[in-house]
Amino acid sequence: MWNLSLNKICKLKMYNFSTCNAMPCRNFLWPMIPQARLEIQKERVVCHTRVQRNVNLEKLQNGYLFPEISMHELQHIRKYPDAKLINLGIGDTTEPIPDIVAVSMAEYAHALSTVEGYRGYGAEQGNKALRKAIAETLYKDVQVKDSEVFVSDGSQCDITRLQLLLGSNVTMAVQDPSFPAYIDTSVIIGQAGDFEEKSGKFGNIEYMNCGPQNNFFPDLAKTRRTDIIFFCSPNNPTGQAATRQQLEELVKFAKENGSIIIFDSAYAVYVTDDSPRSIFEIPGAKEVAIEVSSFSKFAGFTGVRLGWTVVPEELCFSNGFPVINDFNRIVCTCFNGASNISQAGGLACLSSEGFMAVCSVVNYYKENAKILLETLASLGLKVYGGENAPYVWVHFPGSKSWDVFDYILEKTHIITVPGSGFGPGGEEFLRMSTFGHRETILEASKRLKNLFS
Amino acid sequence: MSLTQNISTSISSSSSSFLAYSVFPYRDVSLPSKNFGTCRCVAIPQEEKTTYKTNVSRNANMAKLQAGYLFPEIARRRNAHLPKYPDSKVISLGIGDTTEPIPEVITSAMSKRSQALSTLQGYSGYGAEQGEKPLRAAIVSTFYGGLGIDEDDIFVSDGAKCDISRLQVLFGSEATIAVQDPSYPAYVDSSVIMGQTGLYQKDAEKYGNIEYMRCNPENGFFPDLSKVCRADIIFFCSPNNPTGSAATREQLTQLVQFAKDNGSIIVYDSAYAMYISDDKPRSIFEIPGAKEVALETASFSKYAGFTGVRLGWTVVPKELLFLDGFPVAKDFNRIVCTCFNGASNVVQAGGLACLSPEGRNAMQKVVGFYKENADIIMDTFNSLGFNVYGGRNAPYVWVHFPGRSSWDVFSEILEKTHVVTTPGSGFGPGGEGFIRVSAFGHRDNVLEACRRFKQLYK
Repeated sequence: MWNLSLNKICKLKMYNFSTCNAMPCRNFLWPMIPQARLEIQKERVVCHTRVQRNVNLEKLQNGYLFPEISMHELQHIRKYPDAKLINLGIGDTTEPIPDIVAVSMAEYAHALSTVEGYRGYGAEQGNKALRKAIAETLYKDVQVKDSEVFVSDGSQCDITRLQLLLGSNVTMAVQDPSFPAYIDTSVIIGQAGDFEEKSGKFGNIEYMNCGPQNNFFPDLAKTRRTDIIFFCSPNNPTGQAATRQQLEELVKFAKENGSIIIFDSAYAVYVTDDSPRSIFEIPGAKEVAIEVSSFSKFAGFTGVRLGWTVVPEELCFSNGFPVINDFNRIVCTCFNGASNISQAGGLACLSSEGFMAVCSVVNYYKENAKILLETLASLGLKVYGGENAPYVWVHFPGSKSWDVFDYILEKTHIITVPGSGFGPGGEEFLRMSTFGHRETILEASKRLKNLFS
Repeated sequence: MSLTQNISTSISSSSSSFLAYSVFPYRDVSLPSKNFGTCRCVAIPQEEKTTYKTNVSRNANMAKLQAGYLFPEIARRRNAHLPKYPDSKVISLGIGDTTEPIPEVITSAMSKRSQALSTLQGYSGYGAEQGEKPLRAAIVSTFYGGLGIDEDDIFVSDGAKCDISRLQVLFGSEATIAVQDPSYPAYVDSSVIMGQTGLYQKDAEKYGNIEYMRCNPENGFFPDLSKVCRADIIFFCSPNNPTGSAATREQLTQLVQFAKDNGSIIVYDSAYAMYISDDKPRSIFEIPGAKEVALETASFSKYAGFTGVRLGWTVVPKELLFLDGFPVAKDFNRIVCTCFNGASNVVQAGGLACLSPEGRNAMQKVVGFYKENADIIMDTFNSLGFNVYGGRNAPYVWVHFPGRSSWDVFSEILEKTHVVTTPGSGFGPGGEGFIRVSAFGHRDNVLEACRRFKQLYK
């Protein structure tokens, strides 16, 4: 935890500094001058470098959303040390990993201590058998090649690597609300422009509002063209899965605009109806889309770290250069492969026995979602999602989402996530994740019933 | 066939068939220049098929990169060599890939953690992005005891290569960098990708805007700092990959002073610190004042054979501040929370076991084994009359072939002895005329390779 007053002093000094010490960014022949000093509160002299802080990082408004939620949790625990806190906030899986998967990782780890079983560097793109299993098991009917699958240590990392690939000169569109990493990484890379206090938006990002009024699918007729469109379905945080028709519209929109869709399918396995589980189910998608996915919510791998990205061979930049070539270069230069142990676990998840086992855990969370959904609906609350995703999205019209968050936390000791953390389109909403032990979910339902009835 | 066998039979380095995408037919783009000595990429004339193209411009920074990353290219050459000589026993002393099994004390901890994940009490989901507390504490007490580094200065990662890119994302496109020449290619390549550099200058074999600090036998592999222009960030690797040279206390004191005078930040890569045989510093933080000018990256890869397991760390002292006084660690923490989601929990359990007394002993044994390999390789080349550097404090031997193109020597050695090495120019123009021989390998392979070297160069 950083000393807040030190930060304030630093910020004050920053203004003084920049007026009297404006430095050009690139000047190799900088004279060797003595170190300038920064006085702080305690009269202690502190040295600092002459490296400018990355202005993009300055643009970020707060800490990343989920550590902020954790901080609130900690504060609450300090205030109420005896309260039985229930965490429906950060979407963290809670149920043990199936034996068959855990055993495969244990065996693989053990094999690393043998001459025959030891493995050093793996292919940066991932273990061949795993790439093949992903292509054949999860993209069975849509002809994704194993060579188009890049195994990673998870979506959050992949999203950043994709941003590195695309660079600071591309424009992007996001759903509003959306998973914060899309916007935050866009800001960090330098695509996003400045933050506008009034709208709560970054100037260069196109926010595609998704709400009950438009069935959580953006009005593409009102969406301006951007190079990149981040689209998550089933959606975090709204829990909505786009229909086939909607995704066809999206692909058409991307094609007409020459845009690239980055489709986040991390929750695909939660789909219960016939909504598409992959963007590649839509004809023509291979020419306009990249798909990012993860074992986190599928196999409880939130701590184990494993995911993948599919970059079709057909996807080309405006000069005809295949995107896959550049992504491969990024993966080889900025990454060194997912852990071989995690990959062994991933392969076990995709075996027929393993797949059944992880799906039964997914079903457990889906049952949780059903319980919460029914509870909230029975209380007369406007609730969305929950059917095709492990999130329920509750509307509190006229309220500020952080106020509702605080109110619920204070009165029921349940942590949720305020919708505004996902963008201005999330204001008035609250996200509840449906991971948790069954008894926790039941207890949460009880407390919510007490509060709202 | 068991699942573990499925993994085990796969090729463990970048497959050449993947690299076919480097030659995927496309129009309109001038091919990157070939600085590998032989023709690699050829544009295949395309059939008259209308290929849809998006309207998204390719990132100009990616276009600046001259070729693929160095080590996949080495792997490609090795894989191309295999079918030509199916009966030859190719020995890899190229990519610095560890070969000896991981000590059981470490793997059993990882097995245990994996098993625990299938139990109610033992299951854990998301970990702290900065790493598990006990591991961070163990890293401090093992490597930074008495140096004024705290547990919360440690950021556990999935390895140094990833950390380097995350540091570049942190510094942004406006920062300027200095690198040793020769140096580990990820520093330069990540800098190009971030947009910090100018174009590649073919004659100099350098990227514009990067300050290359020549390190050669003449200057004892330490740059003449009086001739070095200021850069915001100074990448410094010691013990050095590829030269194997370890900087002395005096040299590092000079470097810290230089950074201080210029207000620069040193990114100190200490991935090979455990290979030091003498009393050279193992951490930049052994130098007084370093905490105000340096951060340090390190890795379990070459200590514990974790090249495939993936675990490393970066130390960012609280005292390290940007120009406006903002703590670098705070921004790095934001990057780690946003662009990363922590190293694998199973792997971190392994890391913790590495740092137990038994684990440390075991790691020292493995490191010792590779050092003996290095001795054997050094002796071989010395006996053949070559000027040989490194090897004493690092698992790399840097052999001088004056007046010769390093890719030519690489090819000659591969062709005539079926031993893969790494050409020095892959590490920068300062590497021309040198070959890097890595000391990882089974003892019999290293001995056999040396026998073959003796045959070739006697």
